[in-house]
Amino acid sequence: MIIAQRKPLEEIKEMVASYEKVLVLGCGTCVAVCFAGGEKEAKLLASELRMARQMEGKSTQIIEHTIQRQCEWEFIDPIKELVASVDAVVSTACGIGVQGMAERFEDKPIFPGVNTTFLGMPVQPGEFVERCQACGDCILDLTGGICPVARCAKSLMNGPCGGSQNGKCEVNPETPCAWQLIYDRLSKLGQLERLLDVMPAKNWSTSRDGGLRKIIREDLKL
Amino acid sequence: MSGDNGKELVVGSKLERLLKAGHFVVTGELGPPQSADRSVIEKKASYLRDVVDAVNITDNQTAVVRMCSMAVAKMLIDLGIEPIMQMTCRDRNRIAIQSDLLGAYALGVRNLLCLTGDHQSFGNHPQAKNVHDLDSITLIQMVRQMRDAKKFQCGEEIKGQEPRFFIGGAANPFADPFEFRPYRLGKKVKAGVEFIQTQLIFNVPKFREFMKRCGDLGLLDKVYILAGVGPIKSLAAARYMATSVPGMDVPQEYIDRMANAVKSIPQEDKKARREAWEREGIKICAEIIQQVREIPGVAGVHIMSIEWESAVPEIVQQAGLLPRPKLDA
Repeated sequence: MIIAQRKPLEEIKEMVASYEKVLVLGCGTCVAVCFAGGEKEAKLLASELRMARQMEGKSTQIIEHTIQRQCEWEFIDPIKELVASVDAVVSTACGIGVQGMAERFEDKPIFPGVNTTFLGMPVQPGEFVERCQACGDCILDLTGGICPVARCAKSLMNGPCGGSQNGKCEVNPETPCAWQLIYDRLSKLGQLERLLDVMPAKNWSTSRDGGLRKIIREDLKL
Repeated sequence: MSGDNGKELVVGSKLERLLKAGHFVVTGELGPPQSADRSVIEKKASYLRDVVDAVNITDNQTAVVRMCSMAVAKMLIDLGIEPIMQMTCRDRNRIAIQSDLLGAYALGVRNLLCLTGDHQSFGNHPQAKNVHDLDSITLIQMVRQMRDAKKFQCGEEIKGQEPRFFIGGAANPFADPFEFRPYRLGKKVKAGVEFIQTQLIFNVPKFREFMKRCGDLGLLDKVYILAGVGPIKSLAAARYMATSVPGMDVPQEYIDRMANAVKSIPQEDKKARREAWEREGIKICAEIIQQVREIPGVAGVHIMSIEWESAVPEIVQQAGLLPRPKLDA
Protein backbone atom coordinates (compact mmCIF):
# COMPACT_ATOMS: atom_id res chain seq x y z
CA MET A 1 0.00 0.00 0.00
CA ILE A 2 0.92 3.67 -0.12
CA ILE A 3 2.46 4.74 3.16
CA ALA A 4 2.21 8.36 4.26
CA GLN A 5 3.04 10.44 7.30
CA ARG A 6 1.09 13.38 8.69
CA LYS A 7 2.71 16.74 8.08
CA PRO A 8 3.49 18.82 11.19
CA LEU A 9 0.54 20.93 12.36
CA GLU A 10 2.61 24.09 12.07
CA GLU A 11 3.15 23.51 8.35
CA ILE A 12 -0.51 22.76 7.65
CA LYS A 13 -1.65 25.73 9.74
CA GLU A 14 0.61 27.98 7.69
CA MET A 15 -0.79 26.68 4.38
CA VAL A 16 -4.38 27.51 5.27
CA ALA A 17 -3.70 30.63 7.36
CA SER A 18 -5.45 32.98 4.95
CA TYR A 19 -8.61 30.90 4.47
CA GLU A 20 -11.78 31.28 6.54
CA LYS A 21 -13.55 28.01 5.99
CA VAL A 22 -11.44 24.90 5.54
CA LEU A 23 -12.37 21.30 4.81
CA VAL A 24 -10.09 18.55 6.12
CA LEU A 25 -10.74 15.68 3.77
CA GLY A 26 -9.68 12.20 4.85
CA CYS A 27 -9.16 9.22 2.57
CA GLY A 28 -10.41 5.83 3.62
CA THR A 29 -7.94 3.54 1.88
CA CYS A 30 -4.13 3.32 2.12
CA VAL A 31 -3.57 6.33 4.38
CA ALA A 32 -6.28 5.02 6.72
CA VAL A 33 -4.56 1.66 7.02
CA CYS A 34 -1.24 3.35 7.82
CA PHE A 35 -2.92 5.71 10.31
CA ALA A 36 -1.85 8.89 8.53
CA GLY A 37 -4.93 10.33 6.84
CA GLY A 38 -8.04 8.20 7.37
CA GLU A 39 -11.27 9.25 9.03
CA LYS A 40 -9.79 9.26 12.53
CA GLU A 41 -6.71 11.19 11.55
CA ALA A 42 -8.75 13.73 9.56
CA LYS A 43 -10.92 14.37 12.62
CA LEU A 44 -7.89 14.73 14.80
CA LEU A 45 -6.23 17.17 12.41
CA ALA A 46 -9.42 19.22 12.14
CA SER A 47 -9.68 19.56 15.89
CA GLU A 48 -5.98 20.41 16.22
CA LEU A 49 -6.41 23.11 13.60
CA ARG A 50 -9.50 24.47 15.32
CA MET A 51 -7.71 24.72 18.65
CA ALA A 52 -4.61 26.29 17.17
CA ARG A 53 -6.63 28.87 15.27
CA GLN A 54 -8.81 29.61 18.24
CA MET A 55 -5.73 30.44 20.29
CA GLU A 56 -4.68 32.86 17.56
CA GLY A 57 -8.14 34.41 17.43
CA LYS A 58 -8.75 33.19 13.88
CA SER A 59 -11.75 31.58 12.22
CA THR A 60 -12.46 28.13 13.54
CA GLN A 61 -14.67 27.05 10.67
CA ILE A 62 -12.86 23.79 10.09
CA ILE A 63 -15.05 20.96 8.94
CA GLU A 64 -14.04 17.37 8.32
CA HIS A 65 -15.22 14.66 6.02
CA THR A 66 -13.77 11.41 4.68
CA ILE A 67 -14.38 9.61 1.42
CA GLN A 68 -13.42 6.07 0.55
CA ARG A 69 -10.81 7.06 -2.05
CA GLN A 70 -9.56 10.36 -3.37
CA CYS A 71 -7.92 8.64 -6.33
CA GLU A 72 -11.13 7.75 -8.14
CA TRP A 73 -13.64 10.16 -9.65
CA GLU A 74 -16.60 8.11 -8.49
CA PHE A 75 -15.75 8.87 -4.86
CA ILE A 76 -14.67 12.47 -5.47
CA ASP A 77 -17.64 13.65 -7.53
CA PRO A 78 -20.32 13.18 -4.86
CA ILE A 79 -18.67 15.76 -2.53
CA LYS A 80 -18.83 18.55 -5.10
CA GLU A 81 -21.22 20.67 -3.02
CA LEU A 82 -19.28 20.18 0.17
CA VAL A 83 -16.11 21.37 -1.52
CA ALA A 84 -17.95 24.32 -3.05
CA SER A 85 -18.97 25.43 0.44
CA VAL A 86 -15.42 25.92 1.74
CA ASP A 87 -12.53 28.25 0.88
CA ALA A 88 -9.81 25.59 0.86
CA VAL A 89 -9.27 21.88 1.36
CA VAL A 90 -6.58 20.06 3.29
CA SER A 91 -6.47 16.58 1.80
CA THR A 92 -4.94 13.90 3.97
CA ALA A 93 -4.85 11.50 1.04
CA CYS A 94 -1.58 10.55 -0.66
CA GLY A 95 -0.21 12.75 -3.42
CA ILE A 96 -2.47 10.98 -5.90
CA GLY A 97 -5.57 11.96 -3.95
CA VAL A 98 -4.43 15.56 -3.53
CA GLN A 99 -3.93 15.79 -7.28
CA GLY A 100 -7.23 14.06 -8.01
CA MET A 101 -8.97 16.70 -5.93
CA ALA A 102 -7.04 19.55 -7.54
CA GLU A 103 -7.88 18.27 -10.99
CA ARG A 104 -11.60 17.98 -10.21
CA PHE A 105 -11.94 21.27 -8.36
CA GLU A 106 -10.03 23.66 -10.58
CA ASP A 107 -10.75 26.86 -8.66
CA LYS A 108 -10.33 25.47 -5.14
CA PRO A 109 -6.99 25.50 -3.33
CA ILE A 110 -6.14 21.93 -2.25
CA PHE A 111 -3.32 21.45 0.27
CA PRO A 112 -1.50 18.25 1.25
CA GLY A 113 -1.94 17.19 4.86
CA VAL A 114 0.47 14.27 4.65
CA ASN A 115 3.83 13.48 3.11
CA THR A 116 3.44 10.54 0.77
CA THR A 117 6.43 8.49 1.76
CA PHE A 118 6.70 5.14 0.00
CA LEU A 119 5.10 1.92 -1.20
CA GLY A 120 5.42 -0.52 1.60
CA MET A 121 3.80 -2.48 4.36
CA PRO A 122 3.53 -2.57 8.12
CA VAL A 123 6.03 -5.28 9.05
CA GLN A 124 4.88 -5.12 12.65
CA PRO A 125 2.51 -2.83 14.54
CA GLY A 126 3.86 0.71 14.26
CA GLU A 127 6.63 -0.14 11.80
CA PHE A 128 6.17 0.63 8.12
CA VAL A 129 8.85 -0.31 5.63
CA GLU A 130 9.37 0.40 1.95
CA ARG A 131 9.15 -2.55 -0.42
CA CYS A 132 8.68 -1.31 -3.99
CA GLN A 133 9.72 1.67 -6.10
CA ALA A 134 7.37 0.94 -8.99
CA CYS A 135 10.32 0.82 -11.41
CA GLY A 136 8.10 -0.72 -14.05
CA ASP A 137 10.28 -3.74 -14.79
CA CYS A 138 10.01 -6.24 -11.97
CA ILE A 139 13.06 -8.42 -11.32
CA LEU A 140 11.83 -10.14 -8.16
CA ASP A 141 11.98 -13.45 -10.03
CA LEU A 142 15.77 -13.09 -10.14
CA THR A 143 16.33 -11.88 -6.62
CA GLY A 144 14.41 -14.30 -4.47
CA GLY A 145 11.42 -12.03 -4.02
CA ILE A 146 13.46 -9.23 -2.40
CA CYS A 147 13.77 -5.98 -4.31
CA PRO A 148 17.25 -4.43 -4.58
CA VAL A 149 15.87 -1.37 -6.38
CA ALA A 150 13.77 -0.35 -3.39
CA ARG A 151 15.72 -1.92 -0.57
CA CYS A 152 19.39 -1.31 -1.44
CA ALA A 153 20.50 2.27 -0.72
CA LYS A 154 22.25 2.34 -4.10
CA SER A 155 19.75 0.19 -6.01
CA LEU A 156 22.60 -2.15 -6.93
CA MET A 157 21.93 -4.84 -9.49
CA ASN A 158 25.00 -6.82 -8.47
CA GLY A 159 25.40 -6.53 -4.73
CA PRO A 160 26.21 -6.78 -1.95
CA CYS A 161 28.68 -3.91 -1.98
CA GLY A 162 31.64 -3.60 0.36
CA GLY A 163 29.55 -1.80 2.94
CA SER A 164 27.53 -4.85 3.94
CA GLN A 165 28.45 -5.82 7.47
CA ASN A 166 26.77 -8.25 9.85
CA GLY A 167 23.75 -8.27 7.58
CA LYS A 168 23.30 -4.52 7.82
CA CYS A 169 23.66 -1.64 5.38
CA GLU A 170 26.48 0.84 5.97
CA VAL A 171 24.13 3.71 5.22
CA ASN A 172 21.99 2.86 8.23
CA PRO A 173 22.96 0.16 10.73
CA GLU A 174 19.26 -0.44 11.43
CA THR A 175 18.57 -1.34 7.80
CA PRO A 176 19.10 -4.90 6.68
CA CYS A 177 21.40 -5.19 3.66
CA ALA A 178 19.03 -6.06 0.81
CA TRP A 179 21.67 -8.14 -0.92
CA GLN A 180 22.42 -10.10 2.25
CA LEU A 181 18.68 -10.85 2.42
CA ILE A 182 18.73 -11.89 -1.23
CA TYR A 183 21.79 -14.05 -0.58
CA ASP A 184 20.18 -15.75 2.41
CA ARG A 185 16.89 -16.33 0.62
CA LEU A 186 18.44 -17.73 -2.55
CA SER A 187 20.62 -19.89 -0.35
CA LYS A 188 17.51 -21.33 1.34
CA LEU A 189 15.87 -21.87 -2.04
CA GLY A 190 18.99 -23.64 -3.31
CA GLN A 191 19.36 -21.01 -6.05
CA LEU A 192 22.60 -19.28 -5.10
CA GLU A 193 23.94 -19.87 -8.60
CA ARG A 194 21.61 -17.07 -9.73
CA LEU A 195 24.03 -14.64 -8.11
CA LEU A 196 26.91 -15.78 -10.29
CA ASP A 197 25.50 -14.16 -13.41
CA VAL A 198 26.20 -10.50 -14.04
CA MET A 199 22.90 -8.69 -13.99
CA PRO A 200 22.97 -6.25 -16.90
CA ALA A 201 22.52 -2.49 -16.59
CA LYS A 202 18.91 -1.86 -15.70
CA ASN A 203 16.51 -0.29 -18.16
CA TRP A 204 15.24 2.72 -16.22
CA SER A 205 13.00 3.97 -19.02
CA THR A 206 10.07 2.13 -17.46
CA SER A 207 10.76 3.89 -14.19
CA ARG A 208 10.11 7.53 -13.32
CA ASP A 209 13.09 8.36 -15.53
CA GLY A 210 11.08 7.73 -18.68
CA GLY A 211 8.67 10.56 -17.91
CA LEU A 212 5.05 10.42 -16.82
CA ARG A 213 3.92 6.83 -16.99
CA LYS A 214 0.62 5.78 -18.45
CA ILE A 215 -1.08 2.49 -19.19
CA ILE A 216 -3.76 2.25 -21.88
CA ARG A 217 -6.03 -0.80 -21.72
CA GLU A 218 -8.27 -0.85 -24.77
CA ASP A 219 -10.27 -3.72 -23.31
CA LEU A 220 -11.33 -1.53 -20.41
CA LYS A 221 -12.21 1.58 -22.38
CA LEU A 222 -15.84 2.63 -22.63
CA MET B 1 51.92 -4.72 -28.77
CA SER B 2 53.43 -6.92 -26.11
CA GLY B 3 55.10 -6.45 -22.77
CA ASP B 4 58.50 -7.45 -21.39
CA ASN B 5 57.59 -11.10 -20.96
CA GLY B 6 55.52 -11.46 -24.09
CA LYS B 7 52.07 -10.91 -22.55
CA GLU B 8 49.92 -8.96 -24.90
CA LEU B 9 49.25 -5.37 -23.94
CA VAL B 10 45.78 -4.04 -24.56
CA VAL B 11 46.29 -0.47 -23.45
CA GLY B 12 49.98 -0.03 -22.82
CA SER B 13 49.72 2.00 -19.63
CA LYS B 14 52.70 1.83 -17.31
CA LEU B 15 50.54 0.00 -14.77
CA GLU B 16 49.56 -2.65 -17.30
CA ARG B 17 53.11 -3.03 -18.57
CA LEU B 18 54.59 -3.43 -15.08
CA LEU B 19 51.96 -5.95 -14.02
CA LYS B 20 52.30 -7.98 -17.18
CA ALA B 21 56.09 -7.91 -16.90
CA GLY B 22 55.70 -9.51 -13.46
CA HIS B 23 56.88 -6.59 -11.33
CA PHE B 24 55.46 -6.25 -7.82
CA VAL B 25 53.54 -3.04 -8.36
CA VAL B 26 53.02 -0.18 -5.93
CA THR B 27 50.16 2.25 -6.43
CA GLY B 28 49.28 5.24 -4.30
CA GLU B 29 46.32 7.46 -3.83
CA LEU B 30 45.83 11.18 -4.04
CA GLY B 31 42.77 12.88 -2.60
CA PRO B 32 41.96 16.08 -4.54
CA PRO B 33 41.37 19.23 -2.48
CA GLN B 34 38.02 20.69 -1.52
CA SER B 35 39.02 23.79 -3.43
CA ALA B 36 40.27 24.85 -6.84
CA ASP B 37 43.84 25.04 -5.55
CA ARG B 38 46.28 23.50 -7.99
CA SER B 39 49.24 23.77 -5.65
CA VAL B 40 47.74 21.13 -3.33
CA ILE B 41 47.96 18.62 -6.15
CA GLU B 42 51.53 19.58 -6.91
CA LYS B 43 52.55 19.17 -3.27
CA LYS B 44 50.89 15.79 -2.81
CA ALA B 45 52.26 14.61 -6.13
CA SER B 46 55.77 15.45 -4.98
CA TYR B 47 55.49 12.86 -2.17
CA LEU B 48 54.30 10.14 -4.54
CA ARG B 49 56.54 10.72 -7.53
CA ASP B 50 59.17 7.98 -7.99
CA VAL B 51 57.97 6.00 -4.95
CA VAL B 52 54.81 4.56 -6.52
CA ASP B 53 54.15 3.37 -10.07
CA ALA B 54 50.73 4.96 -10.53
CA VAL B 55 48.41 7.10 -8.47
CA ASN B 56 44.67 6.76 -7.91
CA ILE B 57 42.70 9.97 -8.09
CA THR B 58 39.62 9.62 -5.96
CA ASP B 59 36.24 10.69 -7.33
CA ASN B 60 34.65 12.84 -4.60
CA GLN B 61 35.49 10.21 -1.99
CA THR B 62 33.12 9.81 0.94
CA ALA B 63 30.72 11.91 -1.12
CA VAL B 64 32.49 15.15 -0.23
CA VAL B 65 32.81 17.67 -3.07
CA ARG B 66 36.38 17.85 -4.32
CA MET B 67 38.23 18.82 -7.45
CA CYS B 68 37.19 16.41 -10.20
CA SER B 69 39.28 13.34 -10.77
CA MET B 70 39.66 13.91 -14.51
CA ALA B 71 41.19 17.35 -14.06
CA VAL B 72 43.58 16.08 -11.40
CA ALA B 73 44.48 13.07 -13.55
CA LYS B 74 45.47 15.45 -16.35
CA MET B 75 47.58 17.51 -13.92
CA LEU B 76 49.40 14.36 -12.83
CA ILE B 77 50.10 13.40 -16.44
CA ASP B 78 51.63 16.85 -16.92
CA LEU B 79 53.72 16.26 -13.80
CA GLY B 80 54.97 12.96 -15.21
CA ILE B 81 52.95 10.70 -12.91
CA GLU B 82 50.63 8.01 -14.24
CA PRO B 83 47.08 8.41 -12.95
CA ILE B 84 44.47 5.78 -12.21
CA MET B 85 41.28 7.76 -12.56
CA GLN B 86 38.48 6.70 -10.27
CA MET B 87 34.95 6.77 -11.59
CA THR B 88 31.87 6.24 -9.48
CA CYS B 89 28.23 5.67 -10.35
CA ARG B 90 26.85 7.92 -7.62
CA ASP B 91 26.91 11.23 -9.45
CA ARG B 92 26.71 10.34 -13.13
CA ASN B 93 24.42 8.32 -15.34
CA ARG B 94 25.66 6.25 -18.26
CA ILE B 95 25.56 9.27 -20.57
CA ALA B 96 27.77 11.41 -18.34
CA ILE B 97 30.17 8.57 -17.57
CA GLN B 98 30.73 7.68 -21.22
CA SER B 99 31.20 11.33 -22.07
CA ASP B 100 33.80 11.65 -19.31
CA LEU B 101 35.55 8.51 -20.54
CA LEU B 102 35.90 9.93 -24.04
CA GLY B 103 37.34 13.11 -22.58
CA ALA B 104 39.65 11.35 -20.14
CA TYR B 105 41.12 9.17 -22.87
CA ALA B 106 41.65 12.18 -25.10
CA LEU B 107 43.54 13.84 -22.22
CA GLY B 108 45.84 10.83 -21.91
CA VAL B 109 44.30 8.88 -19.04
CA ARG B 110 44.82 5.14 -19.52
CA ASN B 111 43.82 3.47 -16.22
CA LEU B 112 40.32 3.55 -14.81
CA LEU B 113 39.06 2.28 -11.47
CA CYS B 114 35.35 1.51 -11.63
CA LEU B 115 33.43 1.96 -8.38
CA THR B 116 29.87 2.21 -7.18
CA GLY B 117 30.73 5.18 -4.96
CA ASP B 118 30.16 6.04 -1.31
CA HIS B 119 26.59 6.91 -0.42
CA GLN B 120 25.91 10.65 -0.30
CA SER B 121 24.67 10.39 3.27
CA PHE B 122 28.33 10.08 4.37
CA GLY B 123 29.35 13.29 2.69
CA ASN B 124 28.76 17.02 2.96
CA HIS B 125 25.66 17.08 0.76
CA PRO B 126 23.42 14.44 2.31
CA GLN B 127 20.38 16.05 0.65
CA ALA B 128 21.74 15.35 -2.83
CA LYS B 129 19.97 13.03 -5.22
CA ASN B 130 22.07 10.01 -6.12
CA VAL B 131 22.20 8.44 -9.56
CA HIS B 132 23.26 4.77 -9.49
CA ASP B 133 22.10 4.25 -13.05
CA LEU B 134 24.84 1.61 -13.21
CA ASP B 135 26.69 -0.27 -10.49
CA SER B 136 30.40 -1.03 -10.38
CA ILE B 137 29.94 -4.27 -12.28
CA THR B 138 27.79 -2.90 -15.08
CA LEU B 139 30.20 0.06 -15.27
CA ILE B 140 33.09 -2.36 -15.80
CA GLN B 141 31.04 -4.09 -18.50
CA MET B 142 30.39 -0.81 -20.25
CA VAL B 143 34.02 0.35 -20.17
CA ARG B 144 35.15 -2.99 -21.53
CA GLN B 145 32.55 -2.91 -24.30
CA MET B 146 33.59 0.59 -25.32
CA ARG B 147 37.18 -0.58 -25.57
CA ASP B 148 36.93 -4.07 -27.04
CA ALA B 149 33.73 -3.90 -29.07
CA LYS B 150 34.04 -0.17 -29.89
CA LYS B 151 30.43 0.26 -28.86
CA PHE B 152 28.63 2.64 -26.57
CA GLN B 153 26.52 1.13 -23.82
CA CYS B 154 23.43 1.44 -26.04
CA GLY B 155 25.11 -0.72 -28.67
CA GLU B 156 25.88 2.06 -31.14
CA GLU B 157 29.27 1.88 -32.76
CA ILE B 158 31.95 4.34 -31.67
CA LYS B 159 33.07 5.86 -34.95
CA GLY B 160 36.65 6.97 -34.59
CA GLN B 161 38.95 6.51 -31.62
CA GLU B 162 37.48 4.38 -28.85
CA PRO B 163 38.49 5.06 -25.23
CA ARG B 164 40.96 2.38 -24.18
CA PHE B 165 41.43 1.91 -20.46
CA PHE B 166 43.19 -0.69 -18.36
CA ILE B 167 40.19 -1.57 -16.23
CA GLY B 168 40.25 -1.78 -12.47
CA GLY B 169 37.78 -2.47 -9.74
CA ALA B 170 37.63 -2.76 -5.97
CA ALA B 171 37.05 -5.70 -3.67
CA ASN B 172 36.40 -5.81 0.03
CA PRO B 173 37.47 -9.21 1.33
CA PHE B 174 36.14 -8.33 4.80
CA ALA B 175 32.58 -7.39 3.94
CA ASP B 176 29.72 -9.81 4.37
CA PRO B 177 28.83 -12.41 3.35
CA PHE B 178 32.51 -13.44 3.43
CA GLU B 179 31.92 -16.66 1.52
CA PHE B 180 30.35 -14.75 -1.38
CA ARG B 181 33.19 -12.21 -1.75
CA PRO B 182 35.37 -14.36 -4.04
CA TYR B 183 32.33 -15.07 -6.22
CA ARG B 184 31.54 -11.38 -6.45
CA LEU B 185 35.13 -10.80 -7.53
CA GLY B 186 34.46 -13.50 -10.12
CA LYS B 187 31.53 -11.46 -11.40
CA LYS B 188 33.81 -8.46 -11.84
CA VAL B 189 36.24 -10.64 -13.77
CA LYS B 190 33.38 -11.89 -15.92
CA ALA B 191 32.36 -8.28 -16.54
CA GLY B 192 35.88 -7.52 -17.74
CA VAL B 193 37.94 -6.18 -14.87
CA GLU B 194 41.72 -6.55 -15.25
CA PHE B 195 43.08 -5.40 -11.93
CA ILE B 196 41.66 -5.13 -8.44
CA GLN B 197 42.60 -2.89 -5.55
CA THR B 198 41.30 -4.20 -2.26
CA GLN B 199 39.90 -2.50 0.80
CA LEU B 200 42.47 -1.75 3.53
CA ILE B 201 43.91 -4.98 4.88
CA PHE B 202 44.87 -5.36 8.53
CA ASN B 203 43.58 -8.89 9.08
CA VAL B 204 46.17 -10.67 6.95
CA PRO B 205 45.09 -14.27 7.75
CA LYS B 206 41.54 -13.50 6.65
CA PHE B 207 42.84 -11.88 3.47
CA ARG B 208 45.02 -14.95 2.86
CA GLU B 209 41.92 -17.12 3.09
CA PHE B 210 40.10 -14.82 0.66
CA MET B 211 42.97 -15.12 -1.80
CA LYS B 212 43.03 -18.89 -1.46
CA ARG B 213 39.35 -19.04 -2.31
CA CYS B 214 39.87 -16.74 -5.29
CA GLY B 215 42.63 -19.10 -6.40
CA ASP B 216 40.31 -22.09 -6.04
CA LEU B 217 37.85 -20.34 -8.36
CA GLY B 218 40.62 -19.87 -10.92
CA LEU B 219 40.43 -16.09 -10.68
CA LEU B 220 44.05 -15.31 -9.93
CA ASP B 221 45.21 -16.07 -13.46
CA LYS B 222 42.64 -13.68 -14.82
CA VAL B 223 43.06 -10.61 -12.69
CA TYR B 224 45.89 -8.76 -10.95
CA ILE B 225 45.21 -8.25 -7.25
CA LEU B 226 46.75 -5.25 -5.55
CA ALA B 227 46.39 -5.58 -1.80
CA GLY B 228 45.13 -2.40 -0.18
CA VAL B 229 47.22 -1.15 2.72
CA GLY B 230 47.53 2.06 4.65
CA PRO B 231 49.16 3.57 7.71
CA ILE B 232 47.22 4.09 10.93
CA LYS B 233 47.79 7.64 12.12
CA SER B 234 46.92 7.39 15.80
CA LEU B 235 45.39 5.21 18.48
CA ALA B 236 42.08 7.01 18.01
CA ALA B 237 42.21 6.30 14.27
CA ALA B 238 42.88 2.61 14.93
CA ARG B 239 39.94 2.38 17.29
CA TYR B 240 37.72 4.30 14.91
CA MET B 241 38.57 2.02 11.99
CA ALA B 242 38.06 -1.06 14.15
CA THR B 243 34.64 -0.07 15.40
CA SER B 244 33.08 2.53 13.14
CA VAL B 245 34.10 1.88 9.55
CA PRO B 246 31.86 -0.69 7.89
CA GLY B 247 33.76 -3.41 6.10
CA MET B 248 36.99 -2.75 8.02
CA ASP B 249 38.63 -5.44 10.10
CA VAL B 250 41.40 -4.20 12.42
CA PRO B 251 42.75 -6.91 14.77
CA GLN B 252 43.27 -5.98 18.44
CA GLU B 253 47.00 -6.59 18.06
CA TYR B 254 47.42 -3.37 16.06
CA ILE B 255 45.31 -1.32 18.43
CA ASP B 256 47.51 -2.56 21.28
CA ARG B 257 50.66 -1.68 19.35
CA MET B 258 49.39 1.85 18.76
CA ALA B 259 48.60 2.14 22.47
CA ASN B 260 52.02 0.82 23.49
CA ALA B 261 53.80 3.16 21.09
CA VAL B 262 53.06 6.13 23.37
CA LYS B 263 53.15 4.34 26.72
CA SER B 264 56.30 6.03 27.94
CA ILE B 265 55.45 9.47 26.55
CA PRO B 266 53.60 11.89 28.87
CA GLN B 267 50.05 12.87 27.83
CA GLU B 268 50.95 16.54 27.51
CA ASP B 269 53.77 15.96 25.05
CA LYS B 270 51.36 15.88 22.15
CA LYS B 271 54.01 16.31 19.48
CA ALA B 272 56.09 13.37 20.69
CA ARG B 273 52.99 11.19 20.98
CA ARG B 274 51.89 12.09 17.47
CA GLU B 275 55.31 11.31 16.06
CA ALA B 276 55.46 7.99 17.92
CA TRP B 277 52.06 6.99 16.57
CA GLU B 278 53.03 7.96 13.07
CA ARG B 279 56.26 5.95 13.30
CA GLU B 280 54.37 2.89 14.55
CA GLY B 281 51.60 3.29 11.97
CA ILE B 282 54.13 3.43 9.14
CA LYS B 283 56.00 0.45 10.57
CA ILE B 284 52.84 -1.65 10.81
CA CYS B 285 51.94 -0.72 7.24
CA ALA B 286 55.36 -1.76 5.94
CA GLU B 287 55.10 -5.06 7.83
CA ILE B 288 51.68 -5.77 6.37
CA ILE B 289 53.06 -5.09 2.89
CA GLN B 290 55.79 -7.66 3.49
CA GLN B 291 53.21 -10.18 4.72
CA VAL B 292 50.76 -9.76 1.84
CA ARG B 293 53.62 -9.90 -0.62
CA GLU B 294 54.15 -13.53 0.37
CA ILE B 295 50.55 -14.47 -0.46
CA PRO B 296 50.24 -16.24 -3.83
CA GLY B 297 48.39 -14.12 -6.36
CA VAL B 298 49.17 -10.75 -4.83
CA ALA B 299 50.57 -8.72 -7.72
CA GLY B 300 51.25 -5.55 -5.79
CA VAL B 301 50.06 -3.19 -3.12
CA HIS B 302 47.83 -0.17 -3.21
CA ILE B 303 48.82 2.29 -0.49
CA MET B 304 45.93 4.40 0.71
CA SER B 305 47.30 7.26 2.70
CA ILE B 306 44.77 9.93 1.91
CA GLU B 307 45.46 13.27 3.59
CA TRP B 308 48.77 11.76 4.72
CA GLU B 309 50.47 11.34 1.37
CA SER B 310 53.79 12.37 2.94
CA ALA B 311 53.98 8.99 4.73
CA VAL B 312 54.16 7.04 1.48
CA PRO B 313 57.90 7.37 0.70
CA GLU B 314 58.82 6.05 4.15
CA ILE B 315 56.34 3.15 3.88
CA VAL B 316 57.67 2.08 0.48
CA GLN B 317 61.26 2.43 1.72
CA GLN B 318 60.64 0.35 4.87
CA ALA B 319 58.81 -2.28 2.86
CA GLY B 320 61.93 -2.66 0.72
CA LEU B 321 60.18 -1.66 -2.48
CA LEU B 322 62.58 1.06 -3.64
CA PRO B 323 63.73 1.91 -6.20
CA ARG B 324 60.69 1.49 -8.42
CA PRO B 325 61.26 -0.19 -11.77
CA LYS B 326 61.78 1.99 -14.82
CA LEU B 327 60.25 1.19 -18.15
CA ASP B 328 61.81 1.84 -21.50
CA ALA B 329 59.83 4.46 -23.33
